[in-house]
Amino acid sequence: MIPPQFDYHAPGSLEEALGLLGSLDDAKVMSGGQSLLPMLKLRLATPANIVDIGRIPGLDSIGEEGGYLRIGALVTETALEENATVAARYPILLDTAKVIADPLVRNRATICGNVAHGDPANDHPATMLALRAQMVATGPDGERTIGVDDFFHGLFMTALAEGEILTEIRIPAPGGVGGGGADGAHHGGAYLKLERKVGDYAVAGVAVQLALGDDGKVTQAGVGLTNLGMAPIRASAAEEVLTGARLVERGGLRGAFSKVRDAIARAPDADEVIAAAAQAAADATDPVADRRGSVEYKRNMARVLTGRAIAKALARAGG
Amino acid sequence: MAAETSNGPRTSAKICGMGHSMKRKEDPRFLQGKGNYIDDHTLPGMLWLDIVRSPIAYGKIVNIDASKALEVDGVLAVLTGKDLEAYNLHWMPTLMSDTQMVLPTDTVMYQSQEVAGVIATSRYAAADGVAAVEVEYEPMTPVIDPFKALETDAPVLRTDKEGQEDNRIWHWEAGDKEATDRIFDEADVVVREKMHVPRIHVASIETCGCLADFNPVEGHLTVYMTTQAPHAIRTVLALVAGHVGLSEEKIRVVSPDIGGGFGGKVPVYPGYVIAIAASVVLGKPVKWIEDRMENLQADSFARDYHMDAEIAADSSGKIRALRIKTLADHGYSDAQAAPSKFPAGLFSICTGSYDMEQAYAEVDAVYTNKPPGGVAYRCSFRVTEAVHCMERIVDTLAHKVGKDPATLREENFIPKEAFPYHSPLGWEYDSGDYQAAMDMAKEMIGYDDLRREQAEKRERGELMGIGVCSFTEVLGAGPSKDFDILGIKMFDSAEVRVHPTGKAIARFGTKSQGQGHETTYAQIIAEELGLPAAHVQVEEGDTDTAPYGLGTYASRSTPTAGAAGVMAARKLRDKARKIAAHLLEVGEEDLEWEPGTFSVKGAPDKSVTIQDCAFAAYTNLPEGMEPGMEATNYYDPPNLTFPFGTYICVVDIDRGTGEVTVRRFVAVDDCGNIINPMIVQGQIHGGLTQGLGPALFEEMTYDEDGNNLAGSFMDYLVPTAVETPAWETGHTVTPSPHHPLGAKGVGESATVGAPPAIANAVVDALAHLGVTHMEIPIRPDRVWEVLREKGVAI
Ligand SMILES: Cc1cc2nc3c(=O)[nH]c(=O)nc-3n(C[C@H](O)[C@H](O)[C@H](O)COP(=O)(O)OP(=O)(O)OC[C@H]3O[C@@H](n4cnc5c(N)ncnc54)[C@H](O)[C@@H]3O)c2cc1C
Repeated sequence: MIPPQFDYHAPGSLEEALGLLGSLDDAKVMSGGQSLLPMLKLRLATPANIVDIGRIPGLDSIGEEGGYLRIGALVTETALEENATVAARYPILLDTAKVIADPLVRNRATICGNVAHGDPANDHPATMLALRAQMVATGPDGERTIGVDDFFHGLFMTALAEGEILTEIRIPAPGGVGGGGADGAHHGGAYLKLERKVGDYAVAGVAVQLALGDDGKVTQAGVGLTNLGMAPIRASAAEEVLTGARLVERGGLRGAFSKVRDAIARAPDADEVIAAAAQAAADATDPVADRRGSVEYKRNMARVLTGRAIAKALARAGG
Repeated sequence: MAAETSNGPRTSAKICGMGHSMKRKEDPRFLQGKGNYIDDHTLPGMLWLDIVRSPIAYGKIVNIDASKALEVDGVLAVLTGKDLEAYNLHWMPTLMSDTQMVLPTDTVMYQSQEVAGVIATSRYAAADGVAAVEVEYEPMTPVIDPFKALETDAPVLRTDKEGQEDNRIWHWEAGDKEATDRIFDEADVVVREKMHVPRIHVASIETCGCLADFNPVEGHLTVYMTTQAPHAIRTVLALVAGHVGLSEEKIRVVSPDIGGGFGGKVPVYPGYVIAIAASVVLGKPVKWIEDRMENLQADSFARDYHMDAEIAADSSGKIRALRIKTLADHGYSDAQAAPSKFPAGLFSICTGSYDMEQAYAEVDAVYTNKPPGGVAYRCSFRVTEAVHCMERIVDTLAHKVGKDPATLREENFIPKEAFPYHSPLGWEYDSGDYQAAMDMAKEMIGYDDLRREQAEKRERGELMGIGVCSFTEVLGAGPSKDFDILGIKMFDSAEVRVHPTGKAIARFGTKSQGQGHETTYAQIIAEELGLPAAHVQVEEGDTDTAPYGLGTYASRSTPTAGAAGVMAARKLRDKARKIAAHLLEVGEEDLEWEPGTFSVKGAPDKSVTIQDCAFAAYTNLPEGMEPGMEATNYYDPPNLTFPFGTYICVVDIDRGTGEVTVRRFVAVDDCGNIINPMIVQGQIHGGLTQGLGPALFEEMTYDEDGNNLAGSFMDYLVPTAVETPAWETGHTVTPSPHHPLGAKGVGESATVGAPPAIANAVVDALAHLGVTHMEIPIRPDRVWEVLREKGVAI
């Protein structure tokens, strides 16, 4: 539990950080350090240089702008949890932050670090898949935007090039204020995680984000899965099952984000659709057997949680 | 919520004797981060030890190359088994008369075993040194499965032991086998359950460590160490290192504040010995602090009993006999810390709270390529295993004869009139009233309503279970005729000195690790002497100052050292009475004692306080009396104490995920007279949580190559506040007839009683599906497998 020697750098600006990353040998970015430090202590990572971006001003902002929720590199889980816009309009993000580690870790851990780490056991990647987020990477040649579907390449591997910093995550904002979007959509999302105890990495985690029209039909569905394969998984087949299906009776949806939370009227065959989507999500998984359970168990948990997450997302979309 | 206790205080709030919920005297320093733990100790010129550990479970050491390590800045020395062999310190005895390596000379026996010690000027340099030591191994096929260890073709692991021809360590049995078998042959009903109480590990907040400081000029060794038994450790050090010049009067063991022990800090671990050897060799203080993974992977484990249990009963469910065959996996050495004559600890308490004609229990202990053990994790030597076994199989019997598990227990309880009760396996239970605890528990939880609710839920397909456990503990080891460790009798001691101003210091042979001794013992002295508990300073843990004792584990402190405190205080009270008579110029028999005051019978205004007497002991003595106010007692308990209780637990099971939620948990304990109700409640709460752990979460497992699969808190799942239900506690009071305060000890009841209550609740939720047993820990995936098999998973 004692890390090997390394040189520590604390740049004061993004330019300086990029310069250091470009010039130093064997350098690693550190933001919250909550994944990197444990790896150092276990000597699983032995970088010669650590570039701590934690003191760079201006990277810790979070808010809606230009049709996106923009999450800066240094926004911590705690900041996300305490953000009013997130609580009101992106409950799926709040769900996710709340089940990550413990409050001490969340005080330091960043959303961008969580995603940049490329760990399929981390919870935010699935949420980002469901929300169809975009990753803004800044390198020596400037900024580029990477769609979430192109971001995760495998275990601890992402689209980030050496010397690049993930400076922002952009999440498309649910359209319009106070309810239906431009297309009259109602939005709801949820993240459900089965864990062996609080703070544990997921046995299985499922993120579902739905948009529904006033007719109760799903116009867009996002389903992301945590810790059920070598990389975060988009359950495309489940999304296809959901998209276009009528889950709620016509008129069954109130204005989204209204405070009323009573049960919504499900369409007659909604339960079957949900079950089919849940099964499709389970089929998309490729888990390994370990102390969290057998392959069989994990697949089934993907199914069970997907069903429950859809129900929760629907309830949220409905009011 | 807590139900009231029935022994009210006899002393005023100012004196704060027994029955007062005095706030813990040690808490201000603990809560403010001002405790003084091992790692808080530093000495000038102190060096650091870090340990190279084996990546394989079994193999030969071909070569250890330390040259690169010695090049690391700050690394001073690398110690190997060969270096220790030169001093004949490479092996050490365990408390069970087995042997254990300090450092290996040629073979490693388990993954994470100590292989070499690196001494450096800083913790960081030592760790870099460890990473640079190159060890070449020749792996061998390990023996991991304890059942396979006994097969004839299994390789013999302990080839170092002369005459050892297989992997059996010992066979132990208790009871009349033939008479028991006879009952089984003729019984109406026999139920059988195989169960494993799995290997678990103490997870104290503070890991183990020491600071060894050898003074080469004076030949004096001081060791600050995380030990629950400092005096015994000092003697062991004198015995094993006498040949290198360590002599008991020149060894001082100091056990400072300890951040949790739970049995894990009774054994002597190789790290301590390496640190001491390094300090002796280098003539400098050497500190060793293990990290969490070392603690989990290498220190002594607990439990790991494979039990095959049977009950013979008549058709109404009246228990007639119990038969248990057990396989105990001890790892590569029997490194338990149990009394010498009890290789299977106090497992023979397995007949529990029930009256029966006969019982027979046997245990075979085997070697495997796992860390040595096992310690009594918050348990009086294998009582947890015994209680789990009995309380689980009693439910199987209830199921079989179609009775409610609470009713079946009640019909089999040893009746209150039968105490002192002689159990078929040889114990004399001192006292008990099992029905009273059962009644209170049922009443608190609303048992009948819960059964009605369960029936309704079953109709709707919901899974809810109610689990009952009525355990009997045996603790306070122990009477010298049976109990010793390495020959040293298991008495314990107290030394009380009252200063001229009426304030006192009381020293004990035990050692608190968080139990609140500084408060409880002060209250005991206050109760007996009438001095305010606030004025009694309690000290333990320094072998230079404290009287000799065997330490704190197995809930023995109140039964033994607490009793010694009472006896010492009573000696002082007797002396004070003489002084009072002298001061009041009356005869002793004319005096009356009210806590804190002697007054003349019939003339209550003529009185002196205990403080007056203390002052007079130094200033104005009756002629011929020895000055001073000091007394010592070494207490040899006449019997053990037998606390008991009934726990009832309600669980709900999620048919989708298999998750078990403990909805309610009522714990009614009877630990005899209660000294500090708040501390007792705290002990129960902590113990229940440490029972919840193994019931639902904790398990130390190994793959077939002997790799530890739960070597960090990522996979060794200790419950947190989030997983812990709101415990509801209650007490009945059945005083111990032989303890001078009628107290029984309470530290471990809850750890012992909670797992079967929880397991029984889960099994009860599934009983209508034909389930009679679930192995602990009852993980969601295990439950889900059952749900799926029974066709009720959704
Ligand atoms: C006890 C514990 C429990 C945990 N449990 C969970 C859990 O249940 N779920 C979960 O999702 N996570 C969990 N985590 C991980 C935690 O959320 C991590 O902090 C997070 O994954 C990484 O965020 P960070 O800011 O700390 O990144 P760091 O640890 O600083 O970095 C992690 C990796 O990402 C890289 N990196 C970081 N930021 C950037 C950036 N802006 N641009 C480019 N590369 C970057 C680093 O170089 C490093 O490789 C847990 C951590 C701990 C210590």
